[in-house]
Amino acid sequence: MTKNIMIVGVGGQGTLLASKILGQLMLSEGYDVKVSEVHGMSQRGGSVVTYVRFGEKVYSPIIDKGEADFIIAFEQLEAARYVEYLKADGRIITNTQQIDPMPVITGAAEYPENLIESMKNKGINVDAFDCLALANEAGSSKAVNIVLMGRVSKYFDIPVEKWEKAVEECVPAKFLELNKKAFKLGRG
Amino acid sequence: MLGNKALARGLYEAGVSVVSSYPGTPSTEVTEEIAKYDEVYCEWAPNEKVAMEVAFGASLAGKRSFCAMKHVGLNVAADPLFTCSYTGVNGGMVICVADDPGMHSSQNEQDSRHHAVASKVPMLEPSDSEEAYRFAKKAFEISEEYDTPVIIKMCTRIAHSQSVVETSERKEPEQKPYIKNIAKYVMMPAYAIKRHPVVEERMNKLKDLAEDGEFNRIEKGDKSLGIITSSTCYQYAKEVFGDKACILKLGMVNPLPEKLILDFAASVDKLVIIEELDPVIENHCKQLGLEVSGKDIFPVEGEFSQNLIAQKLGVKEPTFTSLDETMPVRPPVMCAGCPHRGLFYVLSKNKCTVLGDIGCYTLGAVAPLSAMEMTLCMGASISSIHGFNKALGEESEGKTVAVIGDSTFMHSGMTGLANIAYNQSNSTVIILDNSITGMTGHQQNPTTGYNIKGDPAGKIDLEALCKAMGFNRIAVVDPYDLAECDRVLKEELKAKEPSVIISRRPCALLKYVKHNPPLKADEKNCTGCKSCMRLGCPAISIKNKKAVIDNTLCVGCGVCMQLCKFDALKLQEVK
Repeated sequence: MTKNIMIVGVGGQGTLLASKILGQLMLSEGYDVKVSEVHGMSQRGGSVVTYVRFGEKVYSPIIDKGEADFIIAFEQLEAARYVEYLKADGRIITNTQQIDPMPVITGAAEYPENLIESMKNKGINVDAFDCLALANEAGSSKAVNIVLMGRVSKYFDIPVEKWEKAVEECVPAKFLELNKKAFKLGRG
Repeated sequence: MLGNKALARGLYEAGVSVVSSYPGTPSTEVTEEIAKYDEVYCEWAPNEKVAMEVAFGASLAGKRSFCAMKHVGLNVAADPLFTCSYTGVNGGMVICVADDPGMHSSQNEQDSRHHAVASKVPMLEPSDSEEAYRFAKKAFEISEEYDTPVIIKMCTRIAHSQSVVETSERKEPEQKPYIKNIAKYVMMPAYAIKRHPVVEERMNKLKDLAEDGEFNRIEKGDKSLGIITSSTCYQYAKEVFGDKACILKLGMVNPLPEKLILDFAASVDKLVIIEELDPVIENHCKQLGLEVSGKDIFPVEGEFSQNLIAQKLGVKEPTFTSLDETMPVRPPVMCAGCPHRGLFYVLSKNKCTVLGDIGCYTLGAVAPLSAMEMTLCMGASISSIHGFNKALGEESEGKTVAVIGDSTFMHSGMTGLANIAYNQSNSTVIILDNSITGMTGHQQNPTTGYNIKGDPAGKIDLEALCKAMGFNRIAVVDPYDLAECDRVLKEELKAKEPSVIISRRPCALLKYVKHNPPLKADEKNCTGCKSCMRLGCPAISIKNKKAVIDNTLCVGCGVCMQLCKFDALKLQEVK
């Protein structure tokens, strides 16, 4: 059975590194893996989506509405934007951070309130926490992606050492200690 | 392995020697990956036409050569493409074109298969990274065996998806000597007339290759439905149907097989063609007299997905939950500290009519700057302002500008500028020189002084170039200095002759660019007038009627400070 993980966030938040770590990990677990990303225009502070699919044999590189087992969201509004992609029994793991999109900054639109409550009220499994605070505690606001990976690792029956190894393979050596700490804080 | 990386690996193993490309999403990484192999000469060319001609020259010399481009880039390179189809090759020549259905990062979603059909060049279309790798190697063999350039067509979902690939070692191909052959390589009428039948004969021979199964295969399943498909649509179809349908999977999309399709059609109850963009396979089937479904149920626009295919073919789609809230969109924006922002603010303030071009700065069209009124294709800003001013004369000359980036200027802005110099329109051209090709992810270009490997290279001096063309008025401004930009802009618009303004400051994302600490917003001084908000900087927002700076984004460029009349935005000391 193919498992689907969607990673959503704001361009520049480090979503590509998260998909790289997941891809690497699932490959080392012996799965067929497809990771799909979009480069270019959408990366400039826009809404970005990456798909990670793994299983015995994976065909489509993308995840469609109602298919995601997990949505890993780097930002609240982005979590809410992609809710329709979640499977009925899927789970959203989201950073509670709010980043105003340009229409909100210019006053043309408002940032919706209580999004996490709204999701929960619809019966959606949401695990929301402040990744930015934990990333700062680890030493850098840029470690949000690794904090999230730490939290995600709790939902998988894969030994923590393997997760740590995948992180090690994907981050620059000089930031390894910082990222190890971020992973531990995320996992809790 | 990323599709683009897999393609690069295949080319490398097949012994490619010379590679020349112009960056363009989603094709860029193919060339960036090849540049990592020391055995291959690899470069960024000023544009796709040049790149393809470089590849042709290397092929003529007897080496295996390659060039990559996005779909619109193939329009630029169409001239050499159509005629090197006639000359054929010496060493193998492979061209990669990457389409962008859904326009993730493009100005149109044209279907490159038309170019292959029109130029009579074989086209292979991989459906995952493994095929990209394998087809790259095969493409050189076809090129040399059939004496033709070969196109490999990628698309966003194949180029930017990673799947498993098993690699092998590089094998150096047999060295072919260059042999003078005027009748084959000089395409003047007398010789070209003789080459055209050769092209037709070659396409006939290639049809046999399309028939016999190396690239095109039948996957058996339930005979009630037959699907003909290729590329990423094959993957979506497999996702939906598995073995509940028979699938004819095409890896060679030009020329298309005939017998294979007819036999396949005869073996199934109903035939459906699943292809993104235009009905190329569908029209071919109809020409063969087959009754097929295709664009009567599937759209011509945008990307497909597994749910779309399920929905159109009556398969149950998964259910999902929706929220009641309306989500504000999150469009891409110019980065905090982007040197283009200050310049566009000044253009907006002066109510200029801005004819734009292709690059990060196209985002100048987005609110609140909204300072761009036209974007067509690479280089069109400069050529179009000439036409605009010739049409309107003094009515437009004093308030219209063309804006173009350094890389786009090198690509095809120079020829437009030559036209202004030659046919003399009173036009003001602004070159946004951020010292890099930005949008595609920081590639070097002829104005940066570095090559694809980051080593020092030739550097074209923009001022000297414009001067040599005959421009008397060439001004250089720092786009972080709003007052100076405003003064120079007004002066050049007023001038009664053509002028070039070079707005120069490196992209804020370049590693060597040093940033100031984030600005500090002074709550006491801020009146909440929102002047700073007119810049559309993602690092500034208004919270409780006061300006707030996002410390993780702000690079201390100080442009917003220049708009604040109340000294509420302040530079912090460098610690």
